[in-house]
Amino acid sequence: MASVPRSFLLLSIIPTILILCADFACCNTGRKTGDGLDTDFSGFSVPLEHSFQVDDVSRFRMRGALQLRGGRETSVSLSQSQLSEEDRNTLKEVAAVDGLYKIRVPRVSLTDRQTERQMDGYLTAFVRACSLVESHLSDVITLHTDVSGYLIGVSIVTIPGACRGTEVEDEVDLEAFNTTLTIIAPTNAPQPETALFIERMDIEHEKRGKPQEQKSFFAKYWYLILGGAIFLMASSSAQPSAGGAEEQQS
Amino acid sequence: MYPPSLVVTFTKKSSVKMAKLTSLFVISLSFFCISEAVFEDQVGKFDWRQQYVGKTLFAHFESNTQSSKKMFVATDKNIFASFNSRTGDLLWRHVDKTGPEGSIDILLLHGQDGRLLRSWDTNIGGLNWEAVLDTGSFQAACFVAIQDTVKLVAVLKKAALSLHYLSNGHQKWVENLPDSDAVQYQAVYSGGEEEVYVLGVVPNSHLTIIAYSLEDGEIIKQVTTLAFLVSFATTGKKTVAAVMTPKNETVMLRHSNPRWLSPLSFPLQACAINLFSVDSGRRLLDTTVLFPLELNGGKPHALYVHAFLKKDDSVGYRVLVQTQDHALTFIQQPGRVVWTREEALADVVTMEMVDLPLTGTQAELEGEFGKKADGLFPMVLKRLSSQVTLLQAWLAHLWKLFYEARKPRGQVKNEVTIETLSRDEFNLQKMMVMVTASGKLFGIDSKSGSILWKHYLENVQPNAAFKLIVQRTTAHFPHPPQCTLLIKDKDTGLATLHVFNPIFGRKSHIALPALPRPILQSLLLPVIDQDYAKVLLLVDDQYKVTAFPSTKNVLQQLQEMASSIFFYLIRSDQGNLSGFRLRKDLSTERIWEVVLPTEVQKIVAVKGKRPNEHVHSQGRVMGDRSVLYKYLNPNLLAVVTESTDTHPERAFVGVFLVDGVTGRIIHEAVQRKARGPVHFVHSENWVVYEYWNTKSRRNEFSVLELFEGTELYNSTVFSSLDRPHLPQVLQQTYIFPSPITTMEATLTEKGITSRHLLVGLPSGAILSLPKMFLDPRRPEVVTEHSREENLIPYAPEMPIRTEWFINYNQTVARVKGIYTAPSGLESTCLVVAYGLDIYQTRVYPSKQFDVLKDDYDYVLISSVLFALFFATMISKRLAQVKLLNRAWR
Repeated sequence: MASVPRSFLLLSIIPTILILCADFACCNTGRKTGDGLDTDFSGFSVPLEHSFQVDDVSRFRMRGALQLRGGRETSVSLSQSQLSEEDRNTLKEVAAVDGLYKIRVPRVSLTDRQTERQMDGYLTAFVRACSLVESHLSDVITLHTDVSGYLIGVSIVTIPGACRGTEVEDEVDLEAFNTTLTIIAPTNAPQPETALFIERMDIEHEKRGKPQEQKSFFAKYWYLILGGAIFLMASSSAQPSAGGAEEQQS
Repeated sequence: MYPPSLVVTFTKKSSVKMAKLTSLFVISLSFFCISEAVFEDQVGKFDWRQQYVGKTLFAHFESNTQSSKKMFVATDKNIFASFNSRTGDLLWRHVDKTGPEGSIDILLLHGQDGRLLRSWDTNIGGLNWEAVLDTGSFQAACFVAIQDTVKLVAVLKKAALSLHYLSNGHQKWVENLPDSDAVQYQAVYSGGEEEVYVLGVVPNSHLTIIAYSLEDGEIIKQVTTLAFLVSFATTGKKTVAAVMTPKNETVMLRHSNPRWLSPLSFPLQACAINLFSVDSGRRLLDTTVLFPLELNGGKPHALYVHAFLKKDDSVGYRVLVQTQDHALTFIQQPGRVVWTREEALADVVTMEMVDLPLTGTQAELEGEFGKKADGLFPMVLKRLSSQVTLLQAWLAHLWKLFYEARKPRGQVKNEVTIETLSRDEFNLQKMMVMVTASGKLFGIDSKSGSILWKHYLENVQPNAAFKLIVQRTTAHFPHPPQCTLLIKDKDTGLATLHVFNPIFGRKSHIALPALPRPILQSLLLPVIDQDYAKVLLLVDDQYKVTAFPSTKNVLQQLQEMASSIFFYLIRSDQGNLSGFRLRKDLSTERIWEVVLPTEVQKIVAVKGKRPNEHVHSQGRVMGDRSVLYKYLNPNLLAVVTESTDTHPERAFVGVFLVDGVTGRIIHEAVQRKARGPVHFVHSENWVVYEYWNTKSRRNEFSVLELFEGTELYNSTVFSSLDRPHLPQVLQQTYIFPSPITTMEATLTEKGITSRHLLVGLPSGAILSLPKMFLDPRRPEVVTEHSREENLIPYAPEMPIRTEWFINYNQTVARVKGIYTAPSGLESTCLVVAYGLDIYQTRVYPSKQFDVLKDDYDYVLISSVLFALFFATMISKRLAQVKLLNRAWR
């Protein structure tokens, strides 16, 4: 089970810039509904609902089922059905009036199975219906959890995200969702890097320490001084009378 | 590892120059340098500080002679201070702990804090000694003098009166008070003889005075009167009572303890204060003081009398009146106001800076363009006439300059009055509109600190929340600028609006919308009505939207734009963040929802970006000449949470970056082993927050920066609806060696100047910390690229350098907030720090790159320029001659 979605991830051309804690990503086309869902799965399933109405009143209907698995390796996968003929037409109509396409998932906890059903309320997100149509139903749904594994937010974007007003002629393009699903847990903010800094300081200190240990001025340049002294002695002995006296006078 | 500081605070400029020269090579060695300090001759030139104490609870005068200058007050801010009674200046001040620990129950001449009896030196304010009193429900206390020397302290509790020796706090005697269930004993007083008087009151009935013997505490006499009696003051052998009566004949008695007087509500123009003899009950002649009340001020709240014997043995007195707006007024006979202190400014809640209007002539020129054209000829005439007036004004200005130049320096006075207010060349002088907790509004000139107008809002609940909104700036002459203050009762959520002109403080007579329901959120739209006022939307608890102003024009614009107006609501008690979109009929629909379970973490603060912030550069040029583009989302919200679990190992601080339009969680980070209080700044593409590390027990700074990457998704416009890719998030954390109380970022006109963080420290200092030090791209290991980019190598500890303190020795006690405003100069940012004190200054984060220095050599430059000019002329002439000669050859 795990290897299949991973290959999908590799195949998917969607560049995900920063999935910091994306433990698992799944890309499931609607045509494959039901495939492999009945395998051993310790997780649970929550409904993913969507709503798109011309009058923008929320009437949520089933879009698919999210298979969530908590624990150390949280993972999520989505099984969803194709859009019906009627839905496709509604979606196009909503897109024409710049309406919104909304999704919602119930608030659940991925770790604590007892409280999962007790929480009420939903997490909602939206995207412009026109961008969903123009992107041929390729959307990226991200689920956010908090530190203790509660779902706190959901987001949906389409790629590309812009509405350019291009008509989608081919009905096939609007049949099935091409969804990328990610679940993101909070990242741990860094602590001050004292250990590394001290280590670096020590290294620098060692580098700098070595030449400082070295000898004094005389020890360093003894050969120059000695050479100079010999040169002076030699020059003075070679020319005892020539410049010595005159120099002293001047 | 950084260059040593270049400039030492408080040194003369000349002496610093050498230091600068010698350290020049140090700068050249390292690639960055920040030197920022104040020269001694600059002190007080661009900045000012005002010190306040708060609402007076107790006041005492030093002695009963006419010449005494000192008076002492204790305030609700736990401050014990001394004023000069002649001028109202602060002599000294003790800022005690905040909260109930430091609260001052009563102030005697020597002072007493709660259960601790403290003796203060009245000259310098030093603490003499401190003794512990026994506990009990404390009511009042006073000194008892025997033969003019204070030896005893009488302490009145709910049901007992006790006498203590002043020298050591030991009890002399204690007596139970009669009828202590029915009678509320409020005051204790001794006239210096053998008696101690206790004053009790049965509400709405009568007053009881009991006299005790000093020696053994026996009740000597007990008097019950059917009138409200007032505080005593004594001088020599006469004990007097001061009574304040409003001018409309309703008798109102005032006492230094206001608890037993019901608030009075009738319009007052003035109050009369009379002196009565306590022995006879007769009014003393010639003692009436008329106290004029300000039109926009508060009513008198408490009265303190300083009585003394004049040379002719008659009683003279001065009165200190505390009004409801926390103003202290000192009045001398016959009704002359000696000084006034606006103590409401000790508790500023929010403020805005508003540009001053243009001068009359400039405004006239501007006004020409605002009006509709009425023919060519009148327009030409009008233009000519306005040019003539401009010329006149300029000549007058020149004449004034000339006239003033002849006068000696000290005599030139630049008094700021509300009439002479006008914008200066670089828009450095602004109007500070301050809203205080007492409900009093102030207009303060930012240059001098003088209060130009004040307006007291009556019926403001003490727990009200304020939001000040600038709806129309001064840029739209002839329409006056307009500010709106949203006052919201925290209990009921009901809100009222106060619309006023921020330059003159006058209330506008604009029809206000009815707000029958509690207000959840207010948002200022960039939409303007036909009078150039921005539209304020108020969302009530049924998610219905009220627009203000709500003219037809505005409603039409709103209908057109409705589908692109999004707003968010946050219910921190439910951990709920939700987004809404406006519908055409001004109802709303909920479009997104994020829920942070309250059993795990609670939302403590949410901040968006400041709407008037400009970002000049879209990206950062990196060492390899590629550009790293910033993620500049104007709708981004920074949400900070704290864990409900406070165990040091499990506590955490959460930082969420949420798009306010789509509800998308852009970034979610958890700082483990951390707890609040969290202070944070959200600006440009970064968030800086400060928290307490519970494991290492220290304060830490963390910085988050968001980048789009090396390519922009859509470089022309940012839309939250069309940004599918998440930004790159970089983060770094540093140790900060001090706790902080508040934080704000500098703001400049165009955003070219580098940013600094202004950090208010508990010590009262304000630190200007370069943002450069808080950069998550600071490298661990220095490389060629990072050197190219001027990145400082990472160091875990953030330095605090004393030359970064922008307020040198002018500490701001209990700094609560810092407000920054751009000026007309790109290099200059105006800063106001407020808390107990108010401090205003200017900061130059990138130094004054657009201003010529004071010692700029104009003569040299202009002489060189002229010399070059003439040299060119002469050489041109010579060249011409030479050419001519050559042509003849």
